[in-house]
Amino acid sequence: VSSATTPPAGSELSETSLQREPAVTIFERGAPGRRAFQCPELDVPAVDPNELLPAHLRRSTPPALPEISEPEIVRHYVRLSKRNFDLDSGFYPLGSCTMKHNPRLHERVAALPGHARLHPLQDPARAQGALELMWNLERALSEISGLPHVSLQPSAGSHGELAGVLLTRAYHEQRGETRHKVLTPDTSHGTNPATVTMAGFEVVALATNPDGGIDLDDLRAKADSDVACLMLTNPNTLGLFDPNIVEIAEIVHGVGATLYYDGANLNAVMGLSRPGDMGFDIVHFNLHKSFTQPHGGGGPGAGPIAVSERIAPYLPVPVITRREAIVGKSAGSNGKDSSGMAHTNGHTAASTPTYIFDIDYERSKSIGRLRGFQGNYGCFVRSYAYICSLGAEGLKDASETAVLNANYLLARLRDRTNPPVAKYLPLAYGQLCLHEFVLSGGPMKRELGLKTLDLAKRLLDHGFHPPTVYFPLLVEEALMVEPTETETRETLDAFADAIAAILSEAAEDPEIARNAPYTTPVRRLDEVAAAKHPVIRQAL
Amino acid sequence: LSRYTATTPADLEVMLDAIGVGSVKEIFDRQIPAPVRLGRPLDLPAGLPEQDVYEHLRELAARNVSAEDELCFLGAGMYDHYVPALVDMLMERSEFLTPYTPYQPEISQGGLQVMFEYQTAISELTALPVSNASVYEGPSAVASAGYMARLHNGRGRFVVSAGLHPHSIATLRTYAHGFGVEVIEVPLRKGVTDIDAWAAAIDEDTSAAFFAQPNFYGAVEDAAALSAAAKTAAEKAPVVIAQVDPLTLGILAPPGDCGVDVAVGEGQSLGNRLDFGGPSFGFFAAREEFLRRMPGRIAGETRDVDGRRGFVLTLQTREQHIRRAKATSNICTSQALNALAGVVYLSWLGRQGIVELGELLLARTHYALQTLTGLEGVEALYSSSQPVIREFALRLDADVAAVRERCAEHGINPGADLYALTGRGEDRGGLLVAITERRTRADIDRLVDVLGAAVASERQSQAVRA
Repeated sequence: VSSATTPPAGSELSETSLQREPAVTIFERGAPGRRAFQCPELDVPAVDPNELLPAHLRRSTPPALPEISEPEIVRHYVRLSKRNFDLDSGFYPLGSCTMKHNPRLHERVAALPGHARLHPLQDPARAQGALELMWNLERALSEISGLPHVSLQPSAGSHGELAGVLLTRAYHEQRGETRHKVLTPDTSHGTNPATVTMAGFEVVALATNPDGGIDLDDLRAKADSDVACLMLTNPNTLGLFDPNIVEIAEIVHGVGATLYYDGANLNAVMGLSRPGDMGFDIVHFNLHKSFTQPHGGGGPGAGPIAVSERIAPYLPVPVITRREAIVGKSAGSNGKDSSGMAHTNGHTAASTPTYIFDIDYERSKSIGRLRGFQGNYGCFVRSYAYICSLGAEGLKDASETAVLNANYLLARLRDRTNPPVAKYLPLAYGQLCLHEFVLSGGPMKRELGLKTLDLAKRLLDHGFHPPTVYFPLLVEEALMVEPTETETRETLDAFADAIAAILSEAAEDPEIARNAPYTTPVRRLDEVAAAKHPVIRQAL
Repeated sequence: LSRYTATTPADLEVMLDAIGVGSVKEIFDRQIPAPVRLGRPLDLPAGLPEQDVYEHLRELAARNVSAEDELCFLGAGMYDHYVPALVDMLMERSEFLTPYTPYQPEISQGGLQVMFEYQTAISELTALPVSNASVYEGPSAVASAGYMARLHNGRGRFVVSAGLHPHSIATLRTYAHGFGVEVIEVPLRKGVTDIDAWAAAIDEDTSAAFFAQPNFYGAVEDAAALSAAAKTAAEKAPVVIAQVDPLTLGILAPPGDCGVDVAVGEGQSLGNRLDFGGPSFGFFAAREEFLRRMPGRIAGETRDVDGRRGFVLTLQTREQHIRRAKATSNICTSQALNALAGVVYLSWLGRQGIVELGELLLARTHYALQTLTGLEGVEALYSSSQPVIREFALRLDADVAAVRERCAEHGINPGADLYALTGRGEDRGGLLVAITERRTRADIDRLVDVLGAAVASERQSQAVRA
């Protein structure tokens, strides 16, 4: 990449609004003596701190935190924020990440003090609203997954995976079996094999067949009595539904192993097909994907799990329980259905609860805790609000539209009126897709001298977040595109046009894309130097 | 059309035509076999307009008694500290709220720089040179530190002080069972880790030794002494891991200066709300030698092709998306938004503020402990001279649940039922009381009145029942 401060003509295709001034950290701002914090008054008798805290336990010099006023803090972070591209500003088709719109209602309801300032150790009797919300969310996730029991506890998809593999371990141990291997396809998310190792199992990779599904012969050869589990994503990371799923489940169950569903791609099948009905024993959900949490720049999220009856005894503690209250009137009336969720008129839900909710810590076969307290409740509030907003039909519509949008974008990229795209960026597998698809940049690299990375960087100048790149690993120069259901046809068209424009431009002059981007706060960064001589904090 | 999708009938026609199918159903029919199609609507209620969802969620919130509604002395891992308004305002900005992991650094400089600033602040607080960009939360950070120690030295035992948060011990046990490490618990003596038992429990096969600062009962441990004892207990020293509350590090000796190798903990006390237990963030800091075995994202400083200062995710060869089965952890989450709240909060507190706040907590906690233990039927759980900084354990000469119930009738949550949390026999009758800067002297005096009366009434009824 050459150092060209002047972008070539036409590079500023979409004038970026991102802030481009030199980077200055909060530690380089302010001045000694400045402050934003005004300490509450000392209203108790003063005691010499040295008496309360002997010198050998005390800090000798204060930590070198910033010395800065409130206005400076606000300006610093607001300006920093303007150096970020975000979903609210533009298209973010990051494959396997489901960057769908984040309704602002969710932020409003999550910030209500009854949710936001509720202490996690509040007595269950005084946290009935929170426990009912969690119960309702569990029931909804159970129905969506087709599996009867749910734990909301895991903090992320990867944490749900760890829970799932530990549940598998507990299940086999209870049956007096010691199994050592877990199967994962070579298309799987990297978290799958990493989790398997963390949970003390050995990873055995499964091959992919020419159609993009599991190679059944390879599965049959590797499925034996030492296999604890098969971890599968369906649709997989190629955006393809494995048509042999029933047979796969039979093979796996036939050797006594469990079948684990990585729910990262659940957004393709909500209300259309359920992991439980496919034969899966354990499922994790990424609430931040399918059930629209703001991704926060990398987190927070939540990774609840749903399991079959045979796995249920091992679920993490604590679990939420419900029993009927004895209040002199019949339960299940007053405008709620069996799931307890509000019916069409939200006001009816305000009537007296007919159930009492509790937290159960005593589960003798449980794998134990995976974290503190009950999980990322703030995330539960948001995803529950989403499910209430969409309802059964809306969730199905979300998946159908996500699949429609992905196939439409794929069609636009294979359009005969756009000849360069299909030629240089062929679809890696299949003809249609579900919620996402994977293109191969192999021909583009060979014939235009343009790597997928270059295409991605040039997309930045067009005002788009690029798709996921170089994943899955088995596709050469992979480009994984997930548009989601909340994008308009106009946006999809504009993205397809941008890809075509970049390829046409590259046919004329590949150097432009190879040196891209030009319009961003910084240009290509030296990642090799960053890793070789890591500078991961400011010298103070 | 739902309110979050935009496909009109006209759009649909154009789109289906471009795809070359007659209907959306056909796209599914051609890909998902009939036996695994649902074929019926989900058994969930119909969707609701936004205002109805708001009312439903508001009604659920109204059936919770939050720290806004009562005088709350609950702590035990999460604390009702004041969160300044600028934290809310910055967390709500779309540019921080709605992007994902900064895979494209050229358009993610804001988030990456926040991570870099956060790492700097955590390193400064802990006096440990390397910090990651945060992990899920506290107890799982403890367990992740254990996994890192296991990767580091391959040994088979963890020695854990009973002063660690019970959720941390439980989480560590869950994880350790998976990767095959035995967990040995060391008891407390007079409210702090029994240093002789601690040293005796550590052997050649001890991978890591864990303690908490301040410990679960609020007491300040002699961190330097524990670290030193751990390192000399056996020929091969274990990794010394401390679970620390970062807000106390304005006044407590930082773990890095006490011989601690890895400091982890719950970040909620730094500008994050209670949220019934999450989301918050876990912090993870260590000595230099652990840099390439750390879990999680790490931001690093570098230059762009024009020589401009910039930031990237770095040392990614540790991570699952590159190394798969050989990764040092499966974690791909940094709690970036919560860590942003953390670093904004620390900037707001500032260099002097974190000391002033620590001293205020120390003074108010001392006052609360003195006045409460002056009550009939109330004493300190441990007759220790160890200082307490924001929390302390009492023993009530009355049924704790019943006393708490009586206090609740007066709008006070007097603290956590210790035995319910730890299940340790010696914690029977225990009440764990937390004092944040939001609890004024007047609040503490009111607690003294109400708790005193509740204990007296309960002892009276106990006497009557007897």
